[in-house]
Amino acid sequence: MTTGVRTSYREAIRSALREALQRDPRVFVMGEDVGRYGGCYAVTKGLLEEFGPERVRDTPLSESTFVGAGIGAAMNGMRPIVEIMTCNFSLLALDQIMNNAATVSHMSGGQFSVPLVIRMATGAGRQVAAQHSHSLEGWFAHVPGLKVVTPATLEDARGMLWTALEDPNPVLIFEHALLYNAEGELPADAGPVDIDTARVRREGRDVSIVTYGGSLPKALAAAEELAQAGVQAEVVDLRTLRPLDTGTIVASVTKTHRAVIVDEGWRSGSISAEVTARLVEHCFYELDAPVRRVCSAEVPTPYAKHMEDAALPQVADIVAATQDAVSTVA
Amino acid sequence: MDAGTLVEWLVHPGATVHRGDIVARVETDKADVEVEIFESGVIDRLLVQEGEKVPVGTLLATLKPLGSEEAVTAAAAAAIPPPAIPKVPIEPPGAPEPGTLQHATRAAERLARERGVDLSRIIAKAGRRITVADVEQAIRPGQPLPAPVKASPRARRLARQLGVVLHTLAGTGPGGAVTAADVERTAVPTSAAQPAVAPPAGLRSRADRVVARQRATATAMARSKREIPHYYLGAAVDLSTALAWLERENLTRPVAERVLPAALLLKAAALACHDVPEMNGHWADGRFQGSDAVHLGVAISLREGGLVAPAIHDADMLRIDELMAALRDLVKRARAGSLRSSEMTDPTITVTNLGEQGADTVFPVIFPPQVAIVGFGRVSERPWAVNGMLGVRPIVSCSLAADHRVTDGHAGSRFLTAIERILQDPATL
Amino acid sequence: MPRHTEDHRLHLLREMLRIRRFEEKSAELYSAGKIRGFLHLYIGEEAVAAGVMQSLAPDDTVVATYREHGHAIARGVGMGPLMAEMYGKAEGASRGRGGSMHIFDAATRFVGGNAIVGGGLPLAVGYALADRLRGDARVTCCFFGEGAVAEGEFHESMNLAALWGLPVLFCCENNLYAMGTALQRSESETDLALKASAYGMPAWHVDGMDVEAVEAAAQRAVTTVRGGPGPVFLEMRTYRFRPHSMYDPELYRPKEEVAAWKERDPISTVQATLREQGALDNVALEKLEDEVAREVEAAVAFAEAATLESLDDLARFVYAEGAAE
Repeated sequence: MTTGVRTSYREAIRSALREALQRDPRVFVMGEDVGRYGGCYAVTKGLLEEFGPERVRDTPLSESTFVGAGIGAAMNGMRPIVEIMTCNFSLLALDQIMNNAATVSHMSGGQFSVPLVIRMATGAGRQVAAQHSHSLEGWFAHVPGLKVVTPATLEDARGMLWTALEDPNPVLIFEHALLYNAEGELPADAGPVDIDTARVRREGRDVSIVTYGGSLPKALAAAEELAQAGVQAEVVDLRTLRPLDTGTIVASVTKTHRAVIVDEGWRSGSISAEVTARLVEHCFYELDAPVRRVCSAEVPTPYAKHMEDAALPQVADIVAATQDAVSTVA
Repeated sequence: MDAGTLVEWLVHPGATVHRGDIVARVETDKADVEVEIFESGVIDRLLVQEGEKVPVGTLLATLKPLGSEEAVTAAAAAAIPPPAIPKVPIEPPGAPEPGTLQHATRAAERLARERGVDLSRIIAKAGRRITVADVEQAIRPGQPLPAPVKASPRARRLARQLGVVLHTLAGTGPGGAVTAADVERTAVPTSAAQPAVAPPAGLRSRADRVVARQRATATAMARSKREIPHYYLGAAVDLSTALAWLERENLTRPVAERVLPAALLLKAAALACHDVPEMNGHWADGRFQGSDAVHLGVAISLREGGLVAPAIHDADMLRIDELMAALRDLVKRARAGSLRSSEMTDPTITVTNLGEQGADTVFPVIFPPQVAIVGFGRVSERPWAVNGMLGVRPIVSCSLAADHRVTDGHAGSRFLTAIERILQDPATL
Repeated sequence: MPRHTEDHRLHLLREMLRIRRFEEKSAELYSAGKIRGFLHLYIGEEAVAAGVMQSLAPDDTVVATYREHGHAIARGVGMGPLMAEMYGKAEGASRGRGGSMHIFDAATRFVGGNAIVGGGLPLAVGYALADRLRGDARVTCCFFGEGAVAEGEFHESMNLAALWGLPVLFCCENNLYAMGTALQRSESETDLALKASAYGMPAWHVDGMDVEAVEAAAQRAVTTVRGGPGPVFLEMRTYRFRPHSMYDPELYRPKEEVAAWKERDPISTVQATLREQGALDNVALEKLEDEVAREVEAAVAFAEAATLESLDDLARFVYAEGAAE
């Protein structure tokens, strides 16, 4: 039994980065302002001083090329960790991620692989408006050849990185910007965790709330509120959007017979749509109510606080959708 | 294959057809096949009637060119296809999902789709698939259809398992939909204390299966007593001739293939349906729908509790030894839990036979939607007077419970008399 | 001038002939329906691949484009697996998953076969970065067309490679047309070496129709890159004799222009030099052609006899098999 250490999501990731740099000489960190600045979200703060400019590399504002360089270096034996400041800028590197990282293994008949990790911040909620508030993890989860993970807890923030580095495939880690300050207890010896299963974060028998990333704390808060009203909601954290752990989702809904999917992405063509489709494919005859979804409004995320709040999934929305799913008229 | 029976015409004279359309369904000894037409035109005359068996190559219909009054005897119009034709699956691939209670012909499915008719709202003739005629009847103006039921997929599945008719339920779920809880409330009105939700079939324990079966039986029996006006008749039947005959017959059979008296009783009940066809069929859609085939349900009690009554298909057509073999197989599979869904849904009349350990007389409860059930008590030796002489004979008490909406005591008496007559002349079995 | 003996000149001729005859056969097989998809022929540009490859060591890395049969053959990728790949066979270089545009060969460090214009440049920068971080003395040679110069990735990659002093040889094959768009219609500055030099790296033009000039320039460039730090840019001025792909009606360039460039056919040029020197006569040429023809025929026979990948393996290699090394 180890004692817990008070830490934050940001520190947990930094500690995972530090461990990776210490353990494997092939690992290096590269991205915009990861060195002298200490990282846009201060995640890499202090690493330049500890590991030097060769292994903690500030790049020019050239997302396509430093991501592509990460792919090339990975194919050539290194274990790069590329930080894209936010997923909004990943669009400038989309060619490299989709046309190279995702394809090379298959397209070369298995001769080459891309053991690359790309970290990026995702999500809205800080009044930074349309161009800095995207949730694109569902997009990337569309692409075979990639793995997409969304750590929502301190354990996952601490433990997913090493597992991702050990994976021979490109792994994209989406860190919700609102989680960086989340604090809690983490065992002093917290270590690697798997990156291919979902987890039940709260047990319940009446309805399954399926979510991931920055929406997990909202879903848990909603479940707590629902419990006061006598509704026992089970909360499933997807953790990994690709490959999607269908078994865990289906098992939960097979138990509760009702599902609410919470996804900060836009509803149309989202990961919430994929989860819904899998429920219909795999446990249609277990469904006792229509599947409900709580997603972002289909607008470019607005700046003004009241509009942004209205556009994003909130605890009250999750509570309402869940009550709707379990409602009876008798 | 050298001949086939035209089972169903999917077109009628005057109908416009296009190259590639399916115009009829033909049953052969290998499979059901669909007859495709290779020319476009208007159907002139149908030369072969439904149910007629004709050789391969027979001209089935004549065709007029589109927009012409002139009839053309088109040899290619529609003929029973040659043996080379591949087997055409009539039903979509894969096992039917729970909830799809009835099957329809492909043409009926297509018509229903085109005309927006919900197939689940159509009731087929007993023992048959929904045909084009059924769908056409459903879309005829002035014929109100049963209102569609809004129910969750899980509720539909449970309703099917528990024998609950969704139309009769008031939904309490989102939007007034029938939920699993609504179904279970109906199925087990007194078991409010029980857990409301059953685990899925794949995950069930043996005990859960027993509970589910008990509930299903309870639902069916409660519905029977609630909905069916039963009447009861009884007759004591002398089995001495039949058993003596059976003993002789069994001498020629290996021990494992010996025929038990139960088979005689079942066969007699099945044959009696020929005398009184009103006993054989279903009450559905507010009327009696008779069946040509006798699919004889056999009540089988299971060791772990509960009761099932699966069908021996076409029991009236089976030789006595075939019927015995079918009975053995059915009992074995019922106890192993591997009955086919058709066996569960097809019975047109049921027999319950208490056997040697049973009571003298049984007053059985009809399995809906059937309209009659025959009961046999224990065979026991009784003093019996024949032609003014008293003797000791093996006697069985034969009883009939029947649906008074369909038949009355007169028909019931004829039915019991037929059973008695058949058992006195066992060679006809 | 290094190694420009008669024997070496004959070797260069052979390398160019191997590429040309292989591609002529490919065009024929395309018409016969044996090869499908996109097929981009290198005919006319053989001097670039044949010349540059002379300067590279086996341990160096080559990143090429979708017009890469020439680079692959000159680099040493077997004609058999190359042809089998275009046949879509399991014995193909990329097990039938890549086709003409995506030839990969780990053994010769031939990293594609990249069919997004400009997309290979960041990969080359990454390969060089890995070598630099490890202290390996490899050079990464990156081929791309002049069309890529208009892409953002070109500028990002030139900048990053120069900024970080990475060992990349940028070989720009300027064949004057980005598909159908002439250089002067797409670039404000058509002197590409001049553009490259703005990033602070050595850059110069080379006559891409002269295999010996290409080889000499590449030798000098590779020596510079290996000595480090930093990349070198070569602008190879060349011309493709064939249409962009098998679907190109060639409406964008005059026939006279094509004819004029064909006068400078690199294969004819080197043959003429060898004849002048008395190192090549008709008999020797016939023998050489015969040897090349047999190699091409063997490749076709290999591809014909090769097998189709089992559809059970459709999804193989989407994710790497086994753990990372």
